[in-house]
Amino acid sequence: MALDELYQEVLLDHYKQPRNKGVLAEPDIRLELKNPFCGDEILLTLKMAEGRVAEAAFEGHGCVISQASASVMTEKIKGLRVEEVAAIADQFTHLVREGKYERPEGEEFDEIEAFAGVCEFPTRVKCAMLAWRTLLQGLKEHGGREHLHDHHAHGAEGETPNRG
Amino acid sequence: MIEVSKIRADFPLFAQPENRDLVYLDSAATTHRPRQVLEAIDEFYRRDNANPHRGAYRLAERATTAYESARSRVAAFIGAGRSEEVVFTRNATEAVNLVAWGWAERHVREGDEIIVTELEHHSNLVPWQMVAQRRGAKLRFLEFDQAGNLDPVQLEGLLSERSRLLAITQVSNALGTINPLRPFIDKAHAAGALVLVDGAQSVPHTAVDVRALDADFLVFSGHKMLGPLGIGVLYAKIEHLEAMEPFLFGGDMISSVGYHSSEWNDVPWKFEAGTQNVAGAVGLAAAMDYLDGIGMEAVAEHDRRLTRLAVEKLAPIDQLHLYGPMPERGPVVSFNLATIHPHDLATFLDQKGIAIRSGHHCAQVVMRKLGLAATARASFYLYNDEQDVERLVTGLLQAKDYFKKWL
Repeated sequence: MALDELYQEVLLDHYKQPRNKGVLAEPDIRLELKNPFCGDEILLTLKMAEGRVAEAAFEGHGCVISQASASVMTEKIKGLRVEEVAAIADQFTHLVREGKYERPEGEEFDEIEAFAGVCEFPTRVKCAMLAWRTLLQGLKEHGGREHLHDHHAHGAEGETPNRG
Repeated sequence: MIEVSKIRADFPLFAQPENRDLVYLDSAATTHRPRQVLEAIDEFYRRDNANPHRGAYRLAERATTAYESARSRVAAFIGAGRSEEVVFTRNATEAVNLVAWGWAERHVREGDEIIVTELEHHSNLVPWQMVAQRRGAKLRFLEFDQAGNLDPVQLEGLLSERSRLLAITQVSNALGTINPLRPFIDKAHAAGALVLVDGAQSVPHTAVDVRALDADFLVFSGHKMLGPLGIGVLYAKIEHLEAMEPFLFGGDMISSVGYHSSEWNDVPWKFEAGTQNVAGAVGLAAAMDYLDGIGMEAVAEHDRRLTRLAVEKLAPIDQLHLYGPMPERGPVVSFNLATIHPHDLATFLDQKGIAIRSGHHCAQVVMRKLGLAATARASFYLYNDEQDVERLVTGLLQAKDYFKKWL
Protein backbone atom coordinates (compact mmCIF):
# COMPACT_ATOMS: atom_id res chain seq x y z
CA MET A 1 0.00 0.00 0.00
CA ALA A 2 0.97 3.62 -0.60
CA LEU A 3 1.75 4.09 3.07
CA ASP A 4 4.61 1.61 2.86
CA GLU A 5 5.99 3.59 -0.06
CA LEU A 6 6.13 6.60 2.24
CA TYR A 7 7.40 4.92 5.38
CA GLN A 8 10.30 2.96 3.95
CA GLU A 9 12.89 1.01 5.92
CA VAL A 10 15.58 3.55 5.10
CA LEU A 11 13.49 6.25 6.79
CA LEU A 12 12.87 4.02 9.77
CA ASP A 13 16.58 3.47 10.18
CA HIS A 14 17.38 7.19 10.02
CA TYR A 15 14.44 8.13 12.23
CA LYS A 16 15.39 5.69 14.97
CA GLN A 17 19.10 6.34 14.74
CA PRO A 18 19.50 9.81 13.36
CA ARG A 19 22.97 10.56 12.00
CA ASN A 20 24.71 13.80 12.87
CA LYS A 21 22.19 14.75 15.51
CA GLY A 22 23.41 17.61 17.64
CA VAL A 23 24.84 21.09 17.41
CA LEU A 24 28.35 21.82 16.13
CA ALA A 25 30.56 24.09 18.21
CA GLU A 26 31.65 27.27 16.45
CA PRO A 27 29.81 26.57 13.22
CA ASP A 28 30.29 28.67 10.10
CA ILE A 29 26.61 28.41 9.36
CA ARG A 30 23.85 28.22 11.92
CA LEU A 31 20.24 28.46 10.90
CA GLU A 32 16.93 27.56 12.46
CA LEU A 33 13.78 27.10 10.41
CA LYS A 34 10.25 26.22 11.35
CA ASN A 35 7.60 24.41 9.42
CA PRO A 36 4.63 26.74 9.91
CA PHE A 37 2.24 23.93 9.01
CA CYS A 38 3.02 21.83 12.05
CA GLY A 39 5.42 23.79 14.20
CA ASP A 40 8.32 21.44 13.54
CA GLU A 41 11.71 23.02 14.01
CA ILE A 42 15.20 22.29 12.82
CA LEU A 43 18.49 23.82 13.83
CA LEU A 44 21.21 23.16 11.29
CA THR A 45 24.87 23.83 11.95
CA LEU A 46 27.59 23.49 9.30
CA LYS A 47 31.34 23.84 9.24
CA MET A 48 32.78 24.86 5.90
CA ALA A 49 36.28 24.38 4.54
CA GLU A 50 37.55 25.49 1.15
CA GLY A 51 34.08 25.84 -0.30
CA ARG A 52 33.02 22.44 0.90
CA VAL A 53 30.74 21.26 3.68
CA ALA A 54 33.19 19.86 6.21
CA GLU A 55 30.71 18.93 8.90
CA ALA A 56 26.94 19.07 9.25
CA ALA A 57 24.66 18.47 12.20
CA PHE A 58 20.97 18.96 12.93
CA GLU A 59 18.89 19.34 16.05
CA GLY A 60 15.15 19.52 16.32
CA HIS A 61 11.98 17.58 16.52
CA GLY A 62 9.35 16.57 14.08
CA CYS A 63 7.67 13.83 12.14
CA VAL A 64 9.31 10.76 10.63
CA ILE A 65 9.63 12.41 7.23
CA SER A 66 11.28 15.63 8.44
CA GLN A 67 13.66 13.89 10.83
CA ALA A 68 14.75 11.14 8.43
CA SER A 69 15.18 13.71 5.69
CA ALA A 70 17.46 15.82 7.90
CA SER A 71 19.50 12.77 8.88
CA VAL A 72 19.98 11.56 5.29
CA MET A 73 20.80 15.09 4.17
CA THR A 74 23.55 15.70 6.71
CA GLU A 75 25.25 12.46 5.65
CA LYS A 76 24.83 13.13 2.00
CA ILE A 77 26.29 16.62 1.86
CA LYS A 78 29.46 16.10 3.85
CA GLY A 79 32.53 16.79 1.76
CA LEU A 80 30.56 18.28 -1.13
CA ARG A 81 31.13 21.63 -2.76
CA VAL A 82 28.37 24.21 -2.46
CA GLU A 83 27.32 23.81 -6.10
CA GLU A 84 27.16 20.03 -5.69
CA VAL A 85 24.92 20.50 -2.66
CA ALA A 86 22.67 22.74 -4.76
CA ALA A 87 22.47 20.08 -7.47
CA ILE A 88 21.46 17.39 -5.00
CA ALA A 89 18.91 19.70 -3.40
CA ASP A 90 17.49 20.18 -6.88
CA GLN A 91 17.28 16.42 -7.40
CA PHE A 92 15.67 15.95 -4.02
CA THR A 93 13.11 18.68 -4.68
CA HIS A 94 12.07 17.05 -7.97
CA LEU A 95 11.96 13.70 -6.27
CA VAL A 96 9.61 14.66 -3.45
CA ARG A 97 7.41 16.87 -5.61
CA GLU A 98 7.18 14.82 -8.76
CA GLY A 99 8.64 11.45 -7.86
CA LYS A 100 11.31 11.90 -10.55
CA TYR A 101 14.85 10.77 -9.97
CA GLU A 102 17.55 9.97 -12.46
CA ARG A 103 20.09 7.70 -10.95
CA PRO A 104 23.51 8.47 -12.40
CA GLU A 105 24.80 5.65 -14.56
CA GLY A 106 26.75 3.00 -12.69
CA GLU A 107 25.59 4.33 -9.31
CA GLU A 108 23.88 2.16 -6.75
CA PHE A 109 20.68 2.93 -4.82
CA ASP A 110 20.92 6.29 -3.19
CA GLU A 111 19.24 6.79 0.16
CA ILE A 112 17.48 9.90 -1.03
CA GLU A 113 15.49 7.67 -3.41
CA ALA A 114 13.71 6.36 -0.35
CA PHE A 115 11.80 9.64 -0.31
CA ALA A 116 10.17 8.99 -3.70
CA GLY A 117 6.91 8.04 -1.96
CA VAL A 118 6.49 11.55 -0.57
CA CYS A 119 5.15 12.86 -3.88
CA GLU A 120 1.98 10.82 -3.36
CA PHE A 121 1.36 12.81 -0.17
CA PRO A 122 1.40 16.50 -1.17
CA THR A 123 0.79 17.70 2.39
CA ARG A 124 4.03 16.02 3.45
CA VAL A 125 6.33 17.61 0.86
CA LYS A 126 6.99 20.44 3.32
CA CYS A 127 8.10 17.94 5.95
CA ALA A 128 10.64 16.39 3.57
CA MET A 129 11.87 19.79 2.40
CA LEU A 130 12.33 21.46 5.79
CA ALA A 131 15.95 20.41 6.31
CA TRP A 132 16.87 21.12 2.70
CA ARG A 133 15.27 24.55 2.77
CA THR A 134 17.20 25.33 5.93
CA LEU A 135 20.41 24.15 4.28
CA LEU A 136 19.93 26.19 1.12
CA GLN A 137 19.00 29.30 3.01
CA GLY A 138 21.99 28.86 5.32
CA LEU A 139 24.38 28.45 2.39
CA LYS A 140 22.84 31.43 0.63
CA GLU A 141 23.26 33.63 3.68
CA HIS A 142 26.82 32.38 3.98
CA GLY A 143 27.60 33.69 0.52
CA GLY A 144 26.94 30.82 -1.83
CA ARG A 145 24.35 32.91 -3.58
CA GLU A 146 25.74 32.52 -7.08
CA HIS A 147 25.29 28.75 -6.91
CA LEU A 148 21.78 28.69 -5.65
CA HIS A 149 18.33 29.32 -6.99
CA ASP A 150 16.02 31.48 -4.98
CA HIS A 151 12.96 29.32 -5.23
CA HIS A 152 14.49 26.51 -3.20
CA ALA A 153 14.98 28.56 -0.12
CA HIS A 154 11.37 29.66 -0.08
CA GLY A 155 9.76 26.46 -1.20
CA ALA A 156 6.81 28.29 -2.68
CA GLU A 157 6.43 26.32 -5.83
CA GLY A 158 4.43 23.13 -5.53
CA GLU A 159 3.94 23.57 -1.83
CA THR A 160 0.72 25.18 -0.80
CA PRO A 161 1.16 27.66 2.03
CA ASN A 162 -0.28 26.16 5.14
CA ARG A 163 0.26 28.55 7.94
CA GLY A 164 -1.90 28.77 10.99
CA MET B 1 -32.09 13.56 19.48
CA ILE B 2 -30.51 14.22 16.13
CA GLU B 3 -30.99 11.55 13.49
CA VAL B 4 -27.58 11.63 11.92
CA SER B 5 -28.51 9.55 8.86
CA LYS B 6 -31.22 12.06 7.98
CA ILE B 7 -28.83 14.96 8.52
CA ARG B 8 -26.12 13.38 6.39
CA ALA B 9 -28.59 12.97 3.54
CA ASP B 10 -28.75 16.79 3.43
CA PHE B 11 -25.02 17.09 2.76
CA PRO B 12 -24.17 16.36 -0.89
CA LEU B 13 -20.45 16.14 -0.15
CA PHE B 14 -20.86 12.88 1.75
CA ALA B 15 -22.68 11.31 -1.20
CA GLN B 16 -19.89 11.94 -3.73
CA PRO B 17 -18.04 8.81 -4.83
CA GLU B 18 -14.74 10.35 -3.67
CA ASN B 19 -16.12 10.81 -0.15
CA ARG B 20 -18.15 7.65 0.35
CA ASP B 21 -15.72 6.34 2.93
CA LEU B 22 -14.99 9.68 4.56
CA VAL B 23 -15.01 10.12 8.30
CA TYR B 24 -14.76 13.89 8.59
CA LEU B 25 -13.44 14.96 11.98
CA ASP B 26 -12.22 18.47 11.20
CA SER B 27 -15.30 20.63 11.56
CA ALA B 28 -13.44 22.96 13.92
CA ALA B 29 -11.46 23.96 10.81
CA THR B 30 -14.39 24.18 8.45
CA THR B 31 -17.74 22.44 8.10
CA HIS B 32 -19.64 21.14 5.08
CA ARG B 33 -22.82 22.67 3.72
CA PRO B 34 -26.29 21.20 3.53
CA ARG B 35 -28.13 21.44 0.20
CA GLN B 36 -30.46 24.04 1.79
CA VAL B 37 -27.51 26.42 2.05
CA LEU B 38 -26.21 25.60 -1.42
CA GLU B 39 -29.69 26.09 -2.87
CA ALA B 40 -30.15 29.45 -1.14
CA ILE B 41 -26.88 30.69 -2.63
CA ASP B 42 -27.81 29.29 -6.02
CA GLU B 43 -31.25 30.85 -5.90
CA PHE B 44 -29.83 34.25 -5.02
CA TYR B 45 -27.58 34.21 -8.07
CA ARG B 46 -30.29 32.79 -10.32
CA ARG B 47 -33.14 35.04 -9.22
CA ASP B 48 -32.13 38.05 -7.11
CA ASN B 49 -28.59 38.96 -8.12
CA ALA B 50 -27.80 42.67 -8.38
CA ASN B 51 -25.64 45.15 -6.52
CA PRO B 52 -27.49 45.96 -3.29
CA HIS B 53 -28.05 49.53 -2.03
CA ARG B 54 -27.46 50.91 -5.51
CA GLY B 55 -29.89 50.23 -8.32
CA ALA B 56 -33.27 51.94 -8.55
CA TYR B 57 -34.86 48.91 -10.17
CA ARG B 58 -36.80 46.09 -8.58
CA LEU B 59 -34.10 43.47 -9.06
CA ALA B 60 -31.64 45.59 -7.08
CA GLU B 61 -34.29 46.06 -4.42
CA ARG B 62 -34.59 42.29 -4.11
CA ALA B 63 -30.81 41.97 -3.76
CA THR B 64 -30.85 44.65 -1.06
CA THR B 65 -33.69 42.89 0.71
CA ALA B 66 -31.85 39.58 0.54
CA TYR B 67 -28.73 41.12 2.06
CA GLU B 68 -30.47 43.09 4.77
CA SER B 69 -32.77 40.20 5.65
CA ALA B 70 -29.65 38.11 6.16
CA ARG B 71 -28.39 40.76 8.56
CA SER B 72 -31.63 40.59 10.54
CA ARG B 73 -31.43 36.81 10.53
CA VAL B 74 -27.93 36.93 12.02
CA ALA B 75 -29.03 39.46 14.64
CA ALA B 76 -31.90 37.20 15.70
CA PHE B 77 -29.62 34.14 15.80
CA ILE B 78 -27.24 35.73 18.31
CA GLY B 79 -29.85 37.69 20.24
CA ALA B 80 -28.70 41.14 19.13
CA GLY B 81 -31.18 43.91 19.93
CA ARG B 82 -31.01 45.43 16.45
CA SER B 83 -29.72 44.37 13.08
CA GLU B 84 -27.54 47.49 12.78
CA GLU B 85 -25.29 45.86 15.37
CA VAL B 86 -24.30 43.21 12.82
CA VAL B 87 -21.44 43.99 10.43
CA PHE B 88 -20.61 41.50 7.70
CA THR B 89 -16.93 40.69 7.24
CA ARG B 90 -15.02 37.97 5.39
CA ASN B 91 -14.49 35.90 8.52
CA ALA B 92 -13.87 36.11 12.27
CA THR B 93 -10.27 37.19 11.68
CA GLU B 94 -11.36 40.22 9.67
CA ALA B 95 -13.92 41.03 12.35
CA VAL B 96 -11.18 41.10 15.03
CA ASN B 97 -9.05 43.28 12.77
CA LEU B 98 -11.98 45.64 12.26
CA VAL B 99 -12.20 46.12 16.03
CA ALA B 100 -8.41 46.48 16.25
CA TRP B 101 -8.32 49.22 13.59
CA GLY B 102 -11.75 50.75 14.07
CA TRP B 103 -11.97 50.80 17.84
CA ALA B 104 -8.57 50.13 19.46
CA GLU B 105 -6.72 52.55 17.19
CA ARG B 106 -8.88 55.34 18.62
CA HIS B 107 -9.36 54.17 22.19
CA VAL B 108 -6.14 52.46 23.24
CA ARG B 109 -3.41 54.85 24.31
CA GLU B 110 0.18 54.59 25.40
CA GLY B 111 0.47 52.73 28.68
CA ASP B 112 -2.97 51.14 28.33
CA GLU B 113 -3.34 47.41 28.67
CA ILE B 114 -5.06 44.73 26.62
CA ILE B 115 -5.71 41.39 28.27
CA VAL B 116 -5.62 38.32 26.06
CA THR B 117 -6.06 34.76 27.29
CA GLU B 118 -3.43 32.12 26.60
CA LEU B 119 -6.12 30.04 24.92
CA GLU B 120 -6.61 32.39 21.99
CA HIS B 121 -6.37 31.40 18.37
CA HIS B 122 -3.74 33.48 16.53
CA SER B 123 -6.58 35.54 15.05
CA ASN B 124 -7.46 36.88 18.50
CA LEU B 125 -3.86 37.40 19.54
CA VAL B 126 -1.80 38.74 16.64
CA PRO B 127 -4.08 41.75 15.93
CA TRP B 128 -3.67 42.76 19.61
CA GLN B 129 0.10 42.34 19.44
CA MET B 130 0.02 44.79 16.53
CA VAL B 131 -2.25 47.23 18.39
CA ALA B 132 0.09 47.08 21.38
CA GLN B 133 3.08 47.80 19.14
CA ARG B 134 1.39 50.63 17.28
CA ARG B 135 -0.18 52.29 20.31
CA GLY B 136 2.55 51.67 22.89
CA ALA B 137 0.14 49.56 24.91
CA LYS B 138 0.94 46.46 26.92
CA LEU B 139 -0.40 42.96 26.39
CA ARG B 140 -1.17 40.96 29.51
CA PHE B 141 -2.03 37.29 29.51
CA LEU B 142 -4.69 35.45 31.44
CA GLU B 143 -3.12 32.04 31.99
CA PHE B 144 -4.86 28.68 31.81
CA ASP B 145 -4.26 25.96 34.38
CA GLN B 146 -3.08 22.39 33.80
CA ALA B 147 -6.52 21.24 32.79
CA GLY B 148 -6.83 24.11 30.32
CA ASN B 149 -9.23 26.26 32.34
CA LEU B 150 -9.18 30.00 33.02
CA ASP B 151 -9.85 31.47 36.45
CA PRO B 152 -11.91 34.68 36.79
CA VAL B 153 -10.17 35.42 40.08
CA GLN B 154 -6.86 35.59 38.21
CA LEU B 155 -8.44 38.07 35.85
CA GLU B 156 -9.06 40.38 38.80
CA GLY B 157 -5.32 40.49 39.38
CA LEU B 158 -4.73 41.63 35.81
CA LEU B 159 -7.45 44.27 35.63
CA SER B 160 -6.71 47.88 36.47
CA GLU B 161 -7.75 51.35 35.40
CA ARG B 162 -5.35 50.90 32.47
CA SER B 163 -7.24 47.89 31.09
CA ARG B 164 -9.03 48.74 27.87
CA LEU B 165 -10.03 45.35 26.50
CA LEU B 166 -10.32 41.69 27.37
CA ALA B 167 -10.04 39.38 24.32
CA ILE B 168 -11.41 35.96 25.23
CA THR B 169 -12.60 32.92 23.35
CA GLN B 170 -15.82 31.21 24.31
CA VAL B 171 -14.54 27.78 23.28
CA SER B 172 -10.88 26.95 22.68
CA ASN B 173 -10.20 25.50 19.23
CA ALA B 174 -7.11 23.70 20.51
CA LEU B 175 -8.24 22.27 23.84
CA GLY B 176 -12.02 22.51 23.76
CA THR B 177 -12.15 24.56 26.96
CA ILE B 178 -15.58 26.14 27.45
CA ASN B 179 -15.18 29.48 29.19
CA PRO B 180 -18.17 30.45 31.32
CA LEU B 181 -18.01 34.02 30.05
CA ARG B 182 -20.28 35.96 32.33
CA PRO B 183 -17.97 36.26 35.37
CA PHE B 184 -15.06 37.28 33.13
CA ILE B 185 -17.16 39.85 31.31
CA ASP B 186 -18.62 41.28 34.52
CA LYS B 187 -15.18 41.69 36.09
CA ALA B 188 -13.79 43.34 32.97
CA HIS B 189 -16.75 45.72 32.82
CA ALA B 190 -16.39 46.56 36.52
CA ALA B 191 -12.84 47.67 35.75
CA GLY B 192 -14.01 49.74 32.79
CA ALA B 193 -12.68 47.43 30.07
CA LEU B 194 -14.62 46.21 27.04
CA VAL B 195 -14.80 42.54 26.09
CA LEU B 196 -14.34 40.93 22.69
CA VAL B 197 -15.59 37.35 22.52
CA ASP B 198 -14.25 34.96 19.89
CA GLY B 199 -17.30 32.90 19.04
CA ALA B 200 -15.79 31.00 16.10
CA GLN B 201 -16.04 27.67 17.96
CA SER B 202 -19.10 28.43 20.07
CA VAL B 203 -21.70 30.10 17.83
CA PRO B 204 -21.84 27.02 15.53
CA HIS B 205 -22.40 24.63 18.42
CA THR B 206 -24.48 26.28 21.09
CA ALA B 207 -27.07 29.01 21.51
CA VAL B 208 -25.24 32.29 22.07
CA ASP B 209 -27.11 35.37 23.29
CA VAL B 210 -25.00 38.50 23.13
CA ARG B 211 -27.31 40.45 25.41
CA ALA B 212 -27.38 37.73 28.06
CA LEU B 213 -23.57 37.64 27.87
CA ASP B 214 -23.34 41.45 27.82
CA ALA B 215 -20.50 41.07 25.28
CA ASP B 216 -19.26 44.27 23.67
CA PHE B 217 -17.97 42.51 20.58
CA LEU B 218 -18.59 39.01 19.24
CA VAL B 219 -16.88 37.61 16.15
CA PHE B 220 -17.50 34.40 14.22
CA SER B 221 -17.16 32.80 10.78
CA GLY B 222 -19.93 31.44 8.58
CA HIS B 223 -17.95 28.52 7.21
CA LYS B 224 -17.59 26.88 10.63
CA MET B 225 -21.39 26.74 10.98
CA LEU B 226 -22.55 25.21 7.67
CA GLY B 227 -22.41 28.57 5.88
CA PRO B 228 -20.28 29.47 2.89
CA LEU B 229 -16.63 30.45 2.95
CA GLY B 230 -15.83 34.14 2.91
CA ILE B 231 -18.58 35.47 5.15
CA GLY B 232 -18.11 36.36 8.80
CA VAL B 233 -19.70 38.57 11.39
CA LEU B 234 -18.77 41.28 13.80
CA TYR B 235 -21.44 41.97 16.37
CA ALA B 236 -20.85 45.10 18.43
CA LYS B 237 -23.04 47.10 20.75
CA ILE B 238 -24.37 50.04 18.78
CA GLU B 239 -22.60 52.62 20.96
CA HIS B 240 -19.25 50.99 20.18
CA LEU B 241 -19.95 50.92 16.46
CA GLU B 242 -20.88 54.60 16.64
CA ALA B 243 -17.53 55.30 18.30
CA MET B 244 -15.55 53.36 15.68
CA GLU B 245 -13.87 54.53 12.50
CA PRO B 246 -13.93 52.45 9.33
CA PHE B 247 -10.63 50.93 8.18
CA LEU B 248 -11.67 50.12 4.64
CA PHE B 249 -12.72 53.05 2.51
CA GLY B 250 -14.49 53.30 -0.80
CA GLY B 251 -17.91 52.78 -2.28
CA ASP B 252 -21.13 52.29 -0.34
CA MET B 253 -19.55 53.20 2.98
CA ILE B 254 -19.93 56.94 2.36
CA SER B 255 -22.86 59.36 2.63
CA SER B 256 -21.26 62.20 0.71
CA VAL B 257 -17.97 62.57 -1.10
CA GLY B 258 -16.24 65.82 -1.96
CA TYR B 259 -12.95 66.43 -3.72
CA HIS B 260 -10.87 66.30 -0.57
CA SER B 261 -13.02 64.77 2.13
CA SER B 262 -16.05 62.61 2.63
CA GLU B 263 -18.63 61.73 5.19
CA TRP B 264 -19.36 58.22 6.29
CA ASN B 265 -22.54 56.30 5.92
CA ASP B 266 -24.43 55.15 9.03
CA VAL B 267 -23.49 52.04 10.95
CA PRO B 268 -23.16 49.26 10.03
CA TRP B 269 -22.76 50.22 6.37
CA LYS B 270 -19.82 52.50 6.97
CA PHE B 271 -17.82 49.37 7.79
CA GLU B 272 -18.80 47.57 4.61
CA ALA B 273 -16.83 49.24 1.84
CA GLY B 274 -17.22 47.98 -1.71
CA THR B 275 -19.63 45.43 -3.08
CA GLN B 276 -20.24 42.87 -0.38
CA ASN B 277 -20.51 39.08 -0.39
CA VAL B 278 -24.30 39.12 -0.63
CA ALA B 279 -24.61 35.46 -1.60
CA GLY B 280 -22.39 34.65 1.37
CA ALA B 281 -24.71 36.52 3.72
CA VAL B 282 -27.73 34.79 2.16
CA GLY B 283 -25.99 31.41 2.60
CA LEU B 284 -25.14 32.18 6.22
CA ALA B 285 -28.77 33.09 6.93
CA ALA B 286 -29.82 29.78 5.36
CA ALA B 287 -27.30 27.95 7.56
CA MET B 288 -28.84 29.61 10.61
CA ASP B 289 -32.32 28.58 9.42
CA TYR B 290 -31.05 25.04 9.04
CA LEU B 291 -29.47 24.97 12.52
CA ASP B 292 -32.54 26.53 14.14
CA GLY B 293 -34.69 24.00 12.31
CA ILE B 294 -32.85 21.28 14.20
CA GLY B 295 -32.59 23.39 17.32
CA MET B 296 -29.36 24.66 18.83
CA GLU B 297 -30.13 22.81 22.06
CA ALA B 298 -30.29 19.54 20.10
CA VAL B 299 -27.08 20.41 18.23
CA ALA B 300 -25.31 21.19 21.50
CA GLU B 301 -26.56 17.99 23.12
CA HIS B 302 -25.48 15.90 20.13
CA ASP B 303 -21.98 17.43 20.13
CA ARG B 304 -21.70 16.95 23.91
CA ARG B 305 -22.72 13.31 23.68
CA LEU B 306 -20.29 12.51 20.87
CA THR B 307 -17.43 14.38 22.54
CA ARG B 308 -18.05 12.55 25.81
CA LEU B 309 -18.08 9.25 23.94
CA ALA B 310 -14.84 10.10 22.14
CA VAL B 311 -13.09 11.04 25.38
CA GLU B 312 -14.41 7.86 26.98
CA LYS B 313 -13.15 5.67 24.13
CA LEU B 314 -9.81 7.40 23.62
CA ALA B 315 -8.76 7.75 27.26
CA PRO B 316 -8.16 4.02 27.89
CA ILE B 317 -5.93 3.60 24.81
CA ASP B 318 -2.46 2.85 26.10
CA GLN B 319 -0.03 5.73 25.63
CA LEU B 320 -2.73 8.07 24.37
CA HIS B 321 -2.50 11.50 25.96
CA LEU B 322 -5.58 13.71 25.98
CA TYR B 323 -5.29 17.45 26.45
CA GLY B 324 -7.86 19.88 27.76
CA PRO B 325 -10.59 19.86 30.35
CA MET B 326 -12.39 16.58 31.19
CA PRO B 327 -15.01 15.55 30.51
CA GLU B 328 -17.03 18.69 29.68
CA ARG B 329 -15.64 20.52 26.70
CA GLY B 330 -16.50 21.82 23.29
CA PRO B 331 -16.59 19.26 20.47
CA VAL B 332 -12.82 19.25 20.12
CA VAL B 333 -10.53 16.44 21.29
CA SER B 334 -6.79 17.11 21.17
CA PHE B 335 -4.40 14.25 21.78
CA ASN B 336 -1.11 12.56 21.04
CA LEU B 337 -0.56 8.84 20.59
CA ALA B 338 2.69 7.49 22.02
CA THR B 339 5.55 9.24 20.23
CA ILE B 340 3.89 9.13 16.83
CA HIS B 341 4.09 12.61 15.37
CA PRO B 342 0.58 14.00 14.72
CA HIS B 343 1.49 14.44 11.05
CA ASP B 344 2.41 10.82 10.66
CA LEU B 345 -0.76 9.88 12.51
CA ALA B 346 -2.90 12.10 10.26
CA THR B 347 -1.33 10.63 7.12
CA PHE B 348 -2.01 7.11 8.37
CA LEU B 349 -5.62 7.86 9.34
CA ASP B 350 -6.20 9.56 6.00
CA GLN B 351 -5.37 6.26 4.32
CA LYS B 352 -8.27 4.81 6.31
CA GLY B 353 -10.56 7.62 5.16
CA ILE B 354 -10.41 9.50 8.46
CA ALA B 355 -9.73 13.23 8.27
CA ILE B 356 -8.29 14.74 11.45
CA ARG B 357 -6.26 17.88 12.01
CA SER B 358 -2.64 17.77 13.05
CA GLY B 359 -0.38 20.61 14.03
CA HIS B 360 -0.53 23.59 16.34
CA HIS B 361 -4.09 24.60 15.37
CA CYS B 362 -3.09 28.26 15.06
CA ALA B 363 -2.66 28.31 18.82
CA GLN B 364 1.10 28.22 19.30
CA VAL B 365 0.88 29.86 22.72
CA VAL B 366 -1.24 26.92 23.91
CA MET B 367 1.31 24.46 22.47
CA ARG B 368 4.23 26.32 24.04
CA LYS B 369 2.54 26.32 27.42
CA LEU B 370 1.92 22.57 27.22
CA GLY B 371 5.46 21.98 25.97
CA LEU B 372 4.18 20.46 22.74
CA ALA B 373 5.08 21.03 19.12
CA ALA B 374 1.80 19.70 17.86
CA THR B 375 -1.24 17.60 18.65
CA ALA B 376 -3.73 15.54 16.69
CA ARG B 377 -7.26 16.90 16.89
CA ALA B 378 -10.64 15.37 16.18
CA SER B 379 -13.65 17.68 16.13
CA PHE B 380 -17.31 16.85 15.74
CA TYR B 381 -20.50 18.31 14.39
CA LEU B 382 -24.09 17.33 13.74
CA TYR B 383 -23.25 15.04 10.80
CA ASN B 384 -20.89 12.86 12.88
CA ASP B 385 -22.09 9.79 14.75
CA GLU B 386 -20.89 7.01 17.06
CA GLN B 387 -19.58 5.04 14.09
CA ASP B 388 -17.21 7.89 13.27
CA VAL B 389 -15.84 7.71 16.81
CA GLU B 390 -15.50 3.92 16.50
CA ARG B 391 -13.67 4.27 13.19
CA LEU B 392 -11.30 6.80 14.80
CA VAL B 393 -10.57 4.44 17.70
CA THR B 394 -9.95 1.51 15.33
CA GLY B 395 -7.76 3.71 13.16
CA LEU B 396 -5.69 4.80 16.15
CA LEU B 397 -5.14 1.23 17.27
CA GLN B 398 -4.08 0.28 13.73
CA ALA B 399 -1.75 3.29 13.61
CA LYS B 400 -0.14 2.23 16.85
CA ASP B 401 0.45 -1.20 15.44
CA TYR B 402 1.77 0.14 12.13
CA PHE B 403 4.22 2.51 13.80
CA LYS B 404 5.25 0.21 16.65
CA LYS B 405 8.67 -0.50 15.21
CA TRP B 406 9.16 3.25 14.82
CA LEU B 407 8.56 4.03 18.49
